[in-house]
Amino acid sequence: MGALSFVCAALLCLILGFLLYESWSLVADGRWLSFFSQTGWYPLEGLFGMTPMIFASLVLTFGSLVIALPVGLACAIFLEFYAKGWVKKSFQSLLNLLAGIPSVVLGLWGLTELVPLIGQIKAPGTSVLAGAVVLSLMILPTLALTSYAALTSVDRSILAGAQALGLTQKTQILAIAVPAARSGIMSGVLLASARALGETMVVLMVAGNVVQMPSSLFAPVRALTANIALEMAYALGGHRASLYVSGLLLTIIVWILAYLASYLFNKGRTVSHD
Amino acid sequence: MIVAETLAPRLSEDIIESRAPAHIKVNELAIYYGKKLAVNGISLSLHRGKITALIGPSGCGKTSFLTTLNQLSKLNNQVTVTGEIHFDGENLTQNNVDLLSLRRRVGMIFQKPNPFPLSIFKNLDIPLKEHGFKNRAERIEKIENALKAVGLWDEVKDRLNTSALSLSGGQQQRLCIARALVLEPEVLLMDEPCSALDPISSGIVEELISSLRDKYTVVIVTHNLAQAKRISDYTAFFWTQNGAGKLIEFNNTRQLFSGPKDERTAAYISGIKG
Ligand SMILES: Nc1ncnc2c1ncn2[C@@H]1O[C@H](COP(=O)(O)OP(=O)(O)OP(=O)(O)O)[C@@H](O)[C@H]1O
Ligand SMILES: [Mg+2]
Repeated sequence: MGALSFVCAALLCLILGFLLYESWSLVADGRWLSFFSQTGWYPLEGLFGMTPMIFASLVLTFGSLVIALPVGLACAIFLEFYAKGWVKKSFQSLLNLLAGIPSVVLGLWGLTELVPLIGQIKAPGTSVLAGAVVLSLMILPTLALTSYAALTSVDRSILAGAQALGLTQKTQILAIAVPAARSGIMSGVLLASARALGETMVVLMVAGNVVQMPSSLFAPVRALTANIALEMAYALGGHRASLYVSGLLLTIIVWILAYLASYLFNKGRTVSHD
Repeated sequence: MIVAETLAPRLSEDIIESRAPAHIKVNELAIYYGKKLAVNGISLSLHRGKITALIGPSGCGKTSFLTTLNQLSKLNNQVTVTGEIHFDGENLTQNNVDLLSLRRRVGMIFQKPNPFPLSIFKNLDIPLKEHGFKNRAERIEKIENALKAVGLWDEVKDRLNTSALSLSGGQQQRLCIARALVLEPEVLLMDEPCSALDPISSGIVEELISSLRDKYTVVIVTHNLAQAKRISDYTAFFWTQNGAGKLIEFNNTRQLFSGPKDERTAAYISGIKG
């Protein structure tokens, strides 16, 4: 175990060191600050305004959560309080199957089925909406399964108390069980955000890749991750370094989210078993 | 003269009996877990405004009996109940009982304090809302009264919005009693309400239970014979016979402890058995 965690830690340090090394030329002289101040992304002319892409990433992540959280929570409630026997088992395996679909396949589905549908409402179809919907499918299993685990760990004696007060099933679930499981659910939300934020293939395929502020649901946008994938092949010098900086930024945000998620998860456990 | 003197104590007790009419009348109750008989032969009257203690060794069916009185036993679909429980002209062992309104009228306190892991205020507000108190000012007034009734008001009035889990064990138990009282029930069921508390908190809660006499019909399970003696008006003694619990003796507390009719009762209360 000890050796294994050492290898993991060493690998993480290596990745971090590599990212820092490659982006150092921009970080050291403070030019990376211009990522947030400059408005345009014209890397060949030395203009590295990343704000539109940062916003696009955030909006896509937030949008996918808005769609997936209610559905995921509903799945978790169904699993915990309504489903029994083989229905429960097969529903769980269904979620696991969904979790196992490669993101490129989801992206393919989005591109061939969803994008044309959205395009009929407003061209071109590749858009914030398309990206958020496909991402939401991708994070749904995470949200559903972590919320389910959180609901399961709510102390049964609390629910017995609720029943003894004559509370309806609906109140027991919505007013008591879900709030009681909130830190576990939040930890799932953070994990899912980390996943959505870091996802590349889906947004590359369906979100449109136009560098612009997400002004509407139907606007095509480019996420930070997609930007790296699209340009790394030919980027040189400052341009190349700027892509590494955005990679570094993403990595750090995802790590923070994952750390917060595990912190909340453990907190939720100690509270409900106290 | 001599005859009159010997009759005097009996007469006065008969008068006490007639002043305390039966609130709940149990007739030949038997409880099964699956096919296994757990308790049988329970026939007794729970008197209005009186405190009835249930005593007996572990596993003799005290909890099982208690939870049939608010039909919490229905949580476990293995449980079947035969016999009659008459409560206000309704037989609770029949299937058409409205559980939510029954549980509003019959509150329950558990061995381990089980406040909702929400704010102190919400612990009392949720049950009130559920049972149709739409007016917030009215709810606030009821909450204040309930907290005063359990002597918690001065301790928590400045932190009603903090988590109920931040209270001590004894305070949590009093909060649970307040949560039951806020619905103005007629009957209170208590399953070893002091056994998870430290001696001082236990004393405070015991005093509180004593103060509920006359206003509520209280049924309390306790392993503490001294406590049963101190606070109860009636005592029911359960004992395991042929693998199933049975009501052996039921009498007013003073008589049961001073002159038990059954030798098993005598042995148990003198500490020889059980
Ligand atoms: N959920 C259950 N499933 C099966 N049998 C049960 C269940 N709950 C209780 N029993 C059985 O019913 C009998 C009575 O149990 P009960 O919990 O009512 O006793 P008790 O008097 O409350 O005991 P204690 O003083 O330990 O709390 C026991 O033999 C017990 O094994
Ligand atoms: Mg018990």
